[in-house]
Amino acid sequence: MVSPILELTDINKSFGHVQANKNINLKINKGTIHGIIGENGAGKSTLMSIVFGLYQANSGSIKINGKEINLRSPRDSIINGIGMVHQHFMLVENFTVLENIILGFEGETVFGEKLQKAKEDLEKLCKTYNFNIDLDATISDLSVGFRQRVEILKSLYRGAEILILDEPTGVLTPQEVDELFKILRSLKDEGKTIVLITHKLIEIMDLTSEVSVMRQGEMVGHTKTEDTSKEQLAEMMVGRSVLLRVDKKEIKKGETIFKVNNLSVKDDLDVTRVKDVNLEICSGEILGIAGVTGNGQTELLEALSGIRKVESGSIELFGEKISDQNNFLNPRMLKEKGLAHVPEDRQRMGLISDFKAYENLIFGYHDQEPYSKSAILNNKEITEYSNKVMQEYDVRPNSPNLITSNFSGGNQQKIILSRELNENPKVLLVGQPTRGVDIGAIEFIHQRLIDMRDKGAAILLASVELDEILSLSDRIIVMFDGKIVGEKENKNVTDRELGLLMAGVA
Amino acid sequence: MEFLSDIASLINSTLRISTPLVFAAMAGIFAERSGVIDFSLEGKMLMAAFVAAVGSYYLGNPWLGLLLAIIVCVCLSMLHGFASVTHKGDQVVSCVAINILIIGLTTALAAAWFGQAGLTPTLNEDQRFLEIHLPFADALRDIPVIGTLYSDILSGHYVFVYLAYLSVPLVFWIVFKTSFGLRLRAVGENPSAVDTAGINVFTMRYKALAINGVLIAFAGAHLSTAVNANFFREMSAGRGYLALAAMIFGKWHPKTALIACLLFGFTDALQIRLQGVELPAIGEIPVQLIQALPYILTVVLLAGFVGKAIAPNAIGQPYIKER
Repeated sequence: MVSPILELTDINKSFGHVQANKNINLKINKGTIHGIIGENGAGKSTLMSIVFGLYQANSGSIKINGKEINLRSPRDSIINGIGMVHQHFMLVENFTVLENIILGFEGETVFGEKLQKAKEDLEKLCKTYNFNIDLDATISDLSVGFRQRVEILKSLYRGAEILILDEPTGVLTPQEVDELFKILRSLKDEGKTIVLITHKLIEIMDLTSEVSVMRQGEMVGHTKTEDTSKEQLAEMMVGRSVLLRVDKKEIKKGETIFKVNNLSVKDDLDVTRVKDVNLEICSGEILGIAGVTGNGQTELLEALSGIRKVESGSIELFGEKISDQNNFLNPRMLKEKGLAHVPEDRQRMGLISDFKAYENLIFGYHDQEPYSKSAILNNKEITEYSNKVMQEYDVRPNSPNLITSNFSGGNQQKIILSRELNENPKVLLVGQPTRGVDIGAIEFIHQRLIDMRDKGAAILLASVELDEILSLSDRIIVMFDGKIVGEKENKNVTDRELGLLMAGVA
Repeated sequence: MEFLSDIASLINSTLRISTPLVFAAMAGIFAERSGVIDFSLEGKMLMAAFVAAVGSYYLGNPWLGLLLAIIVCVCLSMLHGFASVTHKGDQVVSCVAINILIIGLTTALAAAWFGQAGLTPTLNEDQRFLEIHLPFADALRDIPVIGTLYSDILSGHYVFVYLAYLSVPLVFWIVFKTSFGLRLRAVGENPSAVDTAGINVFTMRYKALAINGVLIAFAGAHLSTAVNANFFREMSAGRGYLALAAMIFGKWHPKTALIACLLFGFTDALQIRLQGVELPAIGEIPVQLIQALPYILTVVLLAGFVGKAIAPNAIGQPYIKER
């Protein structure tokens, strides 16, 4: 039996009244890729932040190579060979790669010899792992995939033997994920230990040899990956059985109700981001837009929902032209015509996070009956409605008076969804409906979207999650550089094919 | 010849007038590069002027007065840090509180100690800084151009003037060529990155504020124990704000901030020269308008000509580690 390189015993951590970690025990063996899986808010990141010295546990002990250590700051962890790649990269954007890597470990007061030496060492490391990073490049000029490599390089340079990665694939394309996994495997072959935090089952099955499952701050199971299955893991994560495949009836396609003709849209910096796009959506159909973030999906959705100006082209709803470069309807008028929008950026556009839940639940309809009468809000009616709808959409906790930012991402999304779906829209524009949403809520949200489709709504779904596009859409278009580069019926299409289109290769 | 000596004296006064601005701008760079807004440059400068004057008067030595001013200003910076770094209070509010406190405090203390509201006794020659005449300044005066440059522009300044201009390359070197500088800039851009690199964000910000306190003390001492021989009410006269504007105008960079300070100093020197002078075709410009020139310039430059000043990314945000 190999001795564990990292051993956690009875770790407890609470933030105020919330206990994020309860009596966590965990053993991680040297030279393995160990997965830690759990829903958002299950306490995975908190636990790893404790191992990285960023948070201090209220009680419990941490052993590295059998020796108990006291981690008071990240510095202690780094010295003990622990490195962490955070979900949000810890990089200074206007610094160079080199500056970011040496930060805190400069080794000299005034830059000189050591800086030169660091550069040489890093170049060697880059060669060893085939990183292909220019050390003098500024971070803001690098793609997300490269920034992540800089983070990995940073940890390696600081002597990491255990590398923790927190949700590393959330921002990557399928091809970038492949690259990352290749790197992680080669690190493992070098004898490094890797801890992968994720909520994606497929990554666990692909990459890890052992897996630990967390639920609501507790460790609920450990197993060898080969002895388990996705379904079993999902059940452990959520605490009940989960449908991983969406149950979808055969499409009952109606007439075309939403049409976009030769649409071009510019962004705030006056760059054309949507180029000559044509699309049609029928009633009872979900049209999925696949694409890497930043290829015009955001601007397209904004233009269609009336919050961004149309540069040229037109949009038709029920055969009536509703927007072109001269006239366009604002979101309010569009709503009245039966168009609803679930924006991509929940925090920034979907909700007012400092408002209470009930306020967000009726926002946009707040000045209509029954929620208000002669400009005065009808609190009784609103509370009644809120209670009802929160129950219906399974928003937890079911307390309309709670400030919205205190709900988890999934529950915030349910609040938006309930508001937008309540009026039974004819056309629904949805952007990233399950970004940062846990698996139980994803199931729920997907089911609601399918229900809308079966009721005859025309749905446009933009998502960077290919799995989501593949499991929900009836038809898929791929956007690259503002253009539609491919359209496929969702039959026998693979994520490889779409990945190539998304990368602009095919 | 007359023209040349006019120019020389204009440059000479530009250098002198810009001095407190340069110190304050450099002080501001340290605080703001670390992510802490420093609106309290004005108040600290005023306090330094008061403490330096009182200290020199009682201790009989202007250097001791300066030392006292440094101690007090560092304490004020720590107070700002305590409110806005440790307790994560609003940085602007903390600064405004310090500024208001000091306007009242200096006036009241002067009244209590010297019987005159906001006025300290005049310092004698031993109690204040005197102009430094560089060697051979008189002998070389008659050599054309070089003589003027050396004797009328470089020579004959207070020690603070020389220190101010020496501080600029020093600040540049610290900020861009040392590991402290790297950490300083990082903590103002992305404190989480600094924290995860194992450096204490709060300690870094306190260190930056301490340097800020030292530098701003020089600006105040220059006002009350060098160019003037006593402290009077509100003698900082908005220079702290002006320096802050110069720093922003200079995009938080010591070299460009220096240029901005010199520009403000120059307009101020010019307005003094222009007072009562008949300009051809325009006639005499009202004094009030001329005096407003540096401030008008600030507004115009900041509003239109500088382009987008990109502040350190994390400025004004207290660092909150745990959710």
